[in-house]
Amino acid sequence: MDFLRPASWEEALAAKAEHPTAVPIAGGTDVMVEINFDHRRPEYLLDLNRIGELSEWEVGQEKVRLGASVPYSSIMDHLRAELPGLALASHTVASPQIRNRGGVGGNLGTASPAGDAHPALLAADCEVEAESVRGTRLIPIDAFYTGVKRNALEPDELIRAVHIKKADGPQQYSKVGTRNAMVIAVCAFGIALHPETRTVRTGIGSAAPTPIRAKEAEDFLNAALEEGGFWDNGKIITPAIAKQFAALASGACNPIDDVRGTAKYRRHAVGIMARRTLGWTWEQYRGAGRTLEGAA
Amino acid sequence: MTTRPEATTRPAATMPKAQNTPSGTPTKITQGSPTKGGIGESTLRPDGTLKVTGEFAYSSDMWHEDMLWGQTLRSTVAHAEIVSIDTSEALATSGVYAVMTYDDLPAEMKNYGLEIQDTPVLANGKVRHHGEPVAIVAADHPETARRAAAKIKIEYRELPVVTDEASATAPDAVLVHEGRDDHHIGHVPHPNIVHRQPIIRGDADEAAKRADVIVTGEYVFGMQDQAFLGPESGLAVPSEDGGVELYVATQWLHSDLGQIAPVLGLPEDKVRMTLSGVGGAFGGREDISMQIHACLLALRTGKPVKIVYNRFESFFGHVHRHPAKLHYEHGATKDGKLTHMKCRIVLDGGAYASASPAVVGNASSLSVGPYKIEDVDIEAIALYTNNPPCGAMRGFGAVQACFAYEAQMDKLAAKLDMDPVEFRQLNAMEQGTLLPTGQPCDSPAPVAELLRRVKARPLPPEQEWLTAGADGTSVDVRALPGGLSNTTHGEGVVRGVGYAVGLKNVGFSEGFDDYSTARVRMEVINGEPVATVHTAMAEVGQGGVTVHAQIARTELGVNQVTIHPADTRVGSAGSTSASRQTYVTGGAVKNSCEAVREKVLELGRTKFGTYHPAWATAELLLEGGKVVTDGGEVLADLADVLEGEAIDIELEWRHRPTEAFDLRTGQGNGHVQYSFAAHRAVVEVDTELGLVKVIELACAQDVGKALNPLSVLGQIQGGTLQGMGVAVMEEIIVDPQTAKVRNPSFTDYLLPTILDTPTIPVDVLELADEHAPYGLRGIGEAPTLSSTPAVLAAIRNATGLELNRTPVRPEHLTTT
Repeated sequence: MDFLRPASWEEALAAKAEHPTAVPIAGGTDVMVEINFDHRRPEYLLDLNRIGELSEWEVGQEKVRLGASVPYSSIMDHLRAELPGLALASHTVASPQIRNRGGVGGNLGTASPAGDAHPALLAADCEVEAESVRGTRLIPIDAFYTGVKRNALEPDELIRAVHIKKADGPQQYSKVGTRNAMVIAVCAFGIALHPETRTVRTGIGSAAPTPIRAKEAEDFLNAALEEGGFWDNGKIITPAIAKQFAALASGACNPIDDVRGTAKYRRHAVGIMARRTLGWTWEQYRGAGRTLEGAA
Repeated sequence: MTTRPEATTRPAATMPKAQNTPSGTPTKITQGSPTKGGIGESTLRPDGTLKVTGEFAYSSDMWHEDMLWGQTLRSTVAHAEIVSIDTSEALATSGVYAVMTYDDLPAEMKNYGLEIQDTPVLANGKVRHHGEPVAIVAADHPETARRAAAKIKIEYRELPVVTDEASATAPDAVLVHEGRDDHHIGHVPHPNIVHRQPIIRGDADEAAKRADVIVTGEYVFGMQDQAFLGPESGLAVPSEDGGVELYVATQWLHSDLGQIAPVLGLPEDKVRMTLSGVGGAFGGREDISMQIHACLLALRTGKPVKIVYNRFESFFGHVHRHPAKLHYEHGATKDGKLTHMKCRIVLDGGAYASASPAVVGNASSLSVGPYKIEDVDIEAIALYTNNPPCGAMRGFGAVQACFAYEAQMDKLAAKLDMDPVEFRQLNAMEQGTLLPTGQPCDSPAPVAELLRRVKARPLPPEQEWLTAGADGTSVDVRALPGGLSNTTHGEGVVRGVGYAVGLKNVGFSEGFDDYSTARVRMEVINGEPVATVHTAMAEVGQGGVTVHAQIARTELGVNQVTIHPADTRVGSAGSTSASRQTYVTGGAVKNSCEAVREKVLELGRTKFGTYHPAWATAELLLEGGKVVTDGGEVLADLADVLEGEAIDIELEWRHRPTEAFDLRTGQGNGHVQYSFAAHRAVVEVDTELGLVKVIELACAQDVGKALNPLSVLGQIQGGTLQGMGVAVMEEIIVDPQTAKVRNPSFTDYLLPTILDTPTIPVDVLELADEHAPYGLRGIGEAPTLSSTPAVLAAIRNATGLELNRTPVRPEHLTTT
């Protein structure tokens, strides 16, 4: 195994072009586990840790450009206001040590359905900045996840950053694990209200071969909110609407039975999380929500 | 007068290492103490600071110049004949010094085992469980060894697997061990049953007629792992006389020795063992793991060989807690008196016997729990299956039974419309109560009082998640089920409270010669009397070395006590298990100290007897480095009594003997001592998502005498948490079709984190057992028993669900 250590982003792109099978490594919280257990033995490891800009972020007018290696702990500490859903998701990632090393670029690169960031990214809406020696492109998050642990990157591309829409409304994130901290998701749910566009977006983790949006649930809710004038009158969402939203979110799942949980439980839990997180975000939108202590 | 050297005034100082020992091997620990530091004081552990600061040398840290690394190749299937093994490619790998399989074993003896030698050192033409060792490799780098092992080609012909009672005892069941000739085969109904112990007392059928209510239940206990944090590891160094020095983390040096030497074809005196730093055990180090493999490779290559398992391998490298299926029937009169109990306990021992026979003995003899029931019909068996081997783990046998009988107590109380604690108190055993084995309990048994104490505690405040923010507008998710995963802000959350109490035996039972040995030496160094305590006791984190120093100070009146590294140059100390070390090796240290004290006084009488009549007439004590009368008069300095002489005594010590249980009736005085603990669990359950937050686990336990109150607290809190783990998350999941382990990692074998850890208030009783040294009671296991059923009872209380299985998972609580 060769260890490539580019000193700059340009060098990294050149290395990736020369060795398309090279596995990029930043925090190493996922790649190193795979290597240590000999689950994979890539021909080349492409170390991105010398490229400082990957750990930086810029807050723009409408979007946050989040460097691929910005650690989860920085998102929790510095981007709670702009990216509340992702900050909550970040706080559920493993342990403090891992949160100091791991970043969103790794989650996207691995594209595991259990990656904690995905539901929050799907709900917030974002684009993945992928670059190669051939040029740069922005991949919409909805088109990014293409299969189990597969994504839309070309072999010569690297993830440079993620352009995430700044929150224009409340966002929430819930994750079920059978332990109260430091646990891999049995399933997860993210929701973001977008009052500017009068839409709600969602994301579901660990309940389908890829991270997905609960599109039917979103469409139903968007229509129901519009029809009832909820965005303007700020009324409490009726239990019937919440229930139907939950049922559709549940129905969006295509889970499996595995050692962490049953398919039936995952569907059930996603529905519960959908109903609750909708309630929390809507209460916050109405100005009646409680704030959170102890979580990002 | 000599000035006290600075080093001896420190709380702990280490002696310089001998030159030829590998780095990271144990050294003598001299414990000084500014105070007297005798029994009853919370003296600090000599290893505590080192462990917290990361400086403690564990067995995996050892290093020797020129050493090789050993690697084990394990079976990828659970049950198969080995058609062929091709090691040629592995052997040809650069850096590889040896590859060994069954055919390379040097001696006639090729098996080992705690009681039944049924476990092949390396697979002999057949593997019986997933992860069984087939070949071992030594190379100059661990990665080279690992890759070489991967190049060994094994062709398996798979056999059908037996994984439960039905498949294992079917008429045409494949036999896990053919041609058994062990001492249990004569009394078991099927060769796939390791051991069976019935206990019949009174007439349960007749007594059942007096019952106004009868409850039955089927209970399932999942497979728990000890999950000690220091993986199996050790270093074998070949010596010039053809023998081997083995430095290893284990629970019982002499038991290992008795199993290692025959397989190496060496007399026991050529296998010299030293305990190295042990990172936890909980029963999981009672069996051999890498010991023999390292010695074989060291003797084959003539070089030191180190083996360290990683976490994945560790899950295959040691036995687990027996999963169990338990059927119980209890009856009671309408005024709440238990009439009878019938139970059948089926323990899955997996592919090899390990401690299964003793687990059966405990499960059967303790199946009734701490209750008075005169008419019982009990049967416990352990199966041979192709599941992972199971053996010793904290509270073995008693843990599984307690989970079931405590669920039964709650069911009975509910059916009788009685308070569950009052119902238990009404039937609680006391001193003098006969156990189902016919053995009387001849020391205090404060079962009702322990329950009273946990019940009397104020309950923790409700809805603590709402009180975190000053203005009451925030939610602290850390106080809620789901914790940081942010799954509820109070929705669906219901509180539940549950109680349980348990009964555990202390020490090895059923007629086992459960002795311990201690060598105590007293001499004057730099003008000061120093005692050295040398035992083979495995310090696995329980704090035994601290207690030994306390005992020596109390008995010998010295300030300085040196704890000699544990090794096989001194007689056996027995196992660090069964809650027995403070009792038995502590008793041995006390006994040897007393013998040394007698010698000191004899010496004093010879030297100074003529100067003071009290030498002949008074009760004499050793205190503060002096010989004093019981009236407090100082007769001499120990330094003057001893001068250049050293008194050095090694003695074996035994507790009262026990008897085997009758094979048909289970009658017999099988146990030495009992230990009791009670818990009250307070939980919050998210009833919609099936997530649990244990808020508080209050414990009350009788410890007889707390030799070190701080260590007692640590043991009770640790045991409580380990019991909670198997209530809500800890389980090794084995595929019932393939018998393969599905979650051999800390990613999917979940242990409680600090956020999952409840408040654990502890109430310690000290009711002396007059038969035990200082009146003490073994304490390590009892809290592990009652913790699990208390948590389950609390979850049942919150949800109204029956929950006959532990650990309880979200899908059980949501019936999905």
